[in-house]
Amino acid sequence: MTSEMISNLYVFVLATFLGIELIRRVSPLLHTPLMSLTNAISAIAVVGALVIAGRAETTLSTILGSIAVAAAMVNVVGGYLITYRMVSMFKKRGAKKS
Amino acid sequence: MNEHFIHLAYLVSAGCFILSLKWLSAVPTARRGVLTGVAGMALAVGGTLLDPTIEHFRYLGIAMVVGSMIGVPMALMPMTAVPQRTALSHAFGALAATLVGSAEYALRLRIIDHFTMTALTLEVILGGLTITASLMAAGKLQEVLPTRPMVFKNQNYINLSVLGLAVLIGAYLILNPGAWLLFPVMVLLCLIFGVLLIMPIGGADMPTVLALLNSYAGLSASMMGFVLNNKLLIIAGALDGSSGLILSIIMCRAMNRSFTNVLFGAFGQVQVAAGAVEQKNYRSASAEEAADLLRTADSVIIVPGYGMAVAQAQHKVRELFDLLVKQGTKVTFAIHPVAGRMPGHMNVLLAEADIPYDNLLEMEDANSEFPQADVALVIGANDVTNPAARHDKSSPIYGMPILDVDKARTVMVIKRSMNPGFAGIDNELYYMDRTLMLFGDAKGFVAELVKALPGD
Repeated sequence: MTSEMISNLYVFVLATFLGIELIRRVSPLLHTPLMSLTNAISAIAVVGALVIAGRAETTLSTILGSIAVAAAMVNVVGGYLITYRMVSMFKKRGAKKS
Repeated sequence: MNEHFIHLAYLVSAGCFILSLKWLSAVPTARRGVLTGVAGMALAVGGTLLDPTIEHFRYLGIAMVVGSMIGVPMALMPMTAVPQRTALSHAFGALAATLVGSAEYALRLRIIDHFTMTALTLEVILGGLTITASLMAAGKLQEVLPTRPMVFKNQNYINLSVLGLAVLIGAYLILNPGAWLLFPVMVLLCLIFGVLLIMPIGGADMPTVLALLNSYAGLSASMMGFVLNNKLLIIAGALDGSSGLILSIIMCRAMNRSFTNVLFGAFGQVQVAAGAVEQKNYRSASAEEAADLLRTADSVIIVPGYGMAVAQAQHKVRELFDLLVKQGTKVTFAIHPVAGRMPGHMNVLLAEADIPYDNLLEMEDANSEFPQADVALVIGANDVTNPAARHDKSSPIYGMPILDVDKARTVMVIKRSMNPGFAGIDNELYYMDRTLMLFGDAKGFVAELVKALPGD
């Protein structure tokens, strides 16, 4: 293992702990938007797919990479949009109906 | 120079994602949370496109447009379809991870080291099984596939052998990355395992399973980060993975069950129904009688369940809510963590129907309110209201935290018939003296209540 790999492991473990602390604080009221938001965030996989597809090293990697870009973009666009739609629906008592 | 800029962009982007989740924790800041997430994503994608090794923008453009064109309609689905949509989006996320993993393997199989190959194998195993498992879950939720658990002989042994074989091949590949013929076999086995995993899952367990698949998809993306040596991917994937994990733990706790029990415990539930004897007495009432009781009630707690979602009754429930509030009645909603088909399902439906979120009570708060309530109105919820969970040690749901609906002065249950619910467990709530059964479709009956209410 190189030191780069070790530091990646550190990042992974710390991010997991941070994630657990953050998610525990989310009100159960918002668990559905939470799922779609984390789903959109993990669509950051699009970054990896872009690199693979964009380098176009072999035909196979370009094809797989491009499909991956499309699949990840579905979640980037769809995930944020529906999360925004959902959180906009929650209104306090007495708030004006839109 | 350019490379440093990309790293900085990724760092800021990771910060955005963390703030995004922090702000999503409460309604007033939730919108800001989503927008911050969008900013993080835009920064990451923008930064990546500056990478000088990326040269072929035409494919990228086409792929991004195609993905967006599928993503937008998926975001505009009605709220009742959100569980299916969520399952589908897990499938897309896992598909992306699996494809990137496979492409990386094809590019680097001669030079890959054991550590990276381990991450890549995990990425592909988790991704592969999540693809088919999520598609199966979406099919069941959309009712394209039978929603009942599908069981066959030795199911657990067969399922585990398929997974075991995939893991063994994975281990062999880690040690001998050059054996590329085995790679597609491993992927195929994971795809098969995903199907097998969901076959025995029934509708009531969907919230847990969706949360678990959320976690797998996230972990798969995180493993991709190890393979591509990209810390932003590791962080975002780990956030998603821990989120799914926490949600599935919450769901399991709310059903007093373990992961193993949810995933491998479909057996035995089916035969419970056979022994139930339909001899006990119950009282039923008409919409007018029920409306009379509601008119004189000072406080009403509505308990919504999956039945309300299926009947799309949330807008009618809103009308009922309005009428009751107008006559001065205190109306709240008691929401069990596993009500519906995904975590938070009921809250979103009620919010869609414009019911203020401060009228929605979590289980613990609701349970301290029930003893003071005049009427508890159960709409399409069943097992989460069954008092047997508190005292009947022989009941399959014994020990599950429930809503103490039976403590209210009068209990009304809107239900299609006396047939036991999905799990086949008879609900003793229905036979109590203070319980009135209101027979009918959730939407239809609430509409009748609305019509009967302003009577005088």
